[in-house]
Amino acid sequence: MSSAIEKILSYSIGKNVSVGEFVEVNIDFAYFHDGTGPLIIDVLKEMEVSNIFDKNRVAVIFDHSAPPYNDQSATLQSKVRNFVIEQKIEKFHDIGEGICHQVVPEKGYIAPGMIITGADSHTCTLGAFGAIAIGMGATDMAYILATGKTWLKVPETIGVECNGKLKEGVTSKDLILEIARIIGTDGANYKVLEFFGDTIKNMSISSRMTMTNMAIEMGAKTAFIEPDEKTIEFLGRNGIKFKSDIFIETISIDSSSIDPKIACPDNISNVKSVSEVEGIEIDQVFIGSCTNGRYEDIYEAARILKGKKSRVKLIVIPASKSILMKIIKDGIIDILLEAGAIIGVPGCGPCLGVHMGVLGENEICVSTSNRNFIGRMGAKSSKVYLASSLTAAASAIEGKITDPRKYLK
Amino acid sequence: MIIKGRVWKFGNDVNTDVIIPAKYLRSVDKSIWPKHVMEGLDPTFSSKVKPGDIIVAGKNFGCGSSREQAVLAIKWAGISAVVAESFARIFFRNGINNGLLLIECKGIHNSVDEGDIIEIDIDKGIVKTKKGELSFKPLPPLLQEILNSGGLVEYYKKKVKRY
Repeated sequence: MSSAIEKILSYSIGKNVSVGEFVEVNIDFAYFHDGTGPLIIDVLKEMEVSNIFDKNRVAVIFDHSAPPYNDQSATLQSKVRNFVIEQKIEKFHDIGEGICHQVVPEKGYIAPGMIITGADSHTCTLGAFGAIAIGMGATDMAYILATGKTWLKVPETIGVECNGKLKEGVTSKDLILEIARIIGTDGANYKVLEFFGDTIKNMSISSRMTMTNMAIEMGAKTAFIEPDEKTIEFLGRNGIKFKSDIFIETISIDSSSIDPKIACPDNISNVKSVSEVEGIEIDQVFIGSCTNGRYEDIYEAARILKGKKSRVKLIVIPASKSILMKIIKDGIIDILLEAGAIIGVPGCGPCLGVHMGVLGENEICVSTSNRNFIGRMGAKSSKVYLASSLTAAASAIEGKITDPRKYLK
Repeated sequence: MIIKGRVWKFGNDVNTDVIIPAKYLRSVDKSIWPKHVMEGLDPTFSSKVKPGDIIVAGKNFGCGSSREQAVLAIKWAGISAVVAESFARIFFRNGINNGLLLIECKGIHNSVDEGDIIEIDIDKGIVKTKKGELSFKPLPPLLQEILNSGGLVEYYKKKVKRY
């Protein structure tokens, strides 16, 4: 009896591992972006490494400063670009192609059963594909690029069972915010969150990625969802499917009882029903990020925004170029532009507070992203409320926090 | 080894965005990182901190973004150790990888006040505070070895590259 994570590690190493054990594993796929890249390259230089372990198992994606916002960020990007050329990395996605956690699965670089590391905390997003996907820092990534290996402590897995149909106007973002409220900011520290149950089974891949994306906000090492035919269809490739038969603990959620949720400043577990904070005036809405910048998020926002006008700055940034092309092709972009939205270059946008819509002193933003820390999106006195793209769109129309369901009637 | 230093005290869930805001990350001049350490919580911190000082914090220190600059900003500001109720895992790895002493010690937050002098006996696994001694578990052997090497780069050069 073991968890899927233990099984993947055991399969990879070739012997049975158990929780708490320190193991060295081979990395099946690794990636990093322009934010962490420059430091990784410096560390590789310190290590005196001239060739990375396998250029075919490495991807580099420019998403954090896309396009660069000043001369220094442009200089750092060209340093990474030169590294990519020098190391002959073909899986390179320059400015405008999208956020790393979106581009990597869209391109089919990963498969179920793989062990993946990314030099970004939201690498856990890829647990939605039945793989082990762990976020790490620059030095760990440099070590991986040098050796193709890393050490891991075999983690415990908490099962989060979600059954029932989500109500109209309620999304996987609302569900994961409710789970964050229950688990707290460190309740899953060093552990894996595995999401299962009929709610998860019936979800699109995009919705599942929203769930796994936010596991890090509860301290988790990563998240996991058992792969199925949707996983294989999305990736365009097969993999090895592992299934958990034991958890250290199981949390049960009745998905049908959940209302639209919102994480209030400045803590991800400070979650309330949108109805409890309705009416708070806002200055900006951001729809995008690796949490909710996918087609279905933008489509749902457009359903609400159709024929309406935003009262506040409304910034919409698709998570990848393919999503941008799809919203152009099917006319969603017209609805957004007519509603007063500004469409940004696919990438991280203002989520991390450096460009493309940062907040000024005392400004308040409803964002579909994943962090509402003090000053995360700009000035220290600014505030971020995290919600679904539906809540974000409804709030934009009214210029204040709004339950989206009245716009769906 | 014994480390003694003055305490700077922080609360729970100190995230890497407040340790070093993202706007300073895209700089070709790395020396700016320690100048802005903890700016998100205390903009005057970098001017007050002295080499050898110790950070004491609550639970989940270093949560959020994987940015390793958070560890470097703390280390390069001269902080000799961070003692917390618990650490977020990416920060913890980054700290060990850069040879920053991180000690998980239950009860520390309620045992010290800002400005106290505390003493950490690494070999015995004891933190001495004005309220008494607290014990902590030593690092697992592999992590101790990485830390003793001075970080993962030195560990790599010593242990991996040689073969």
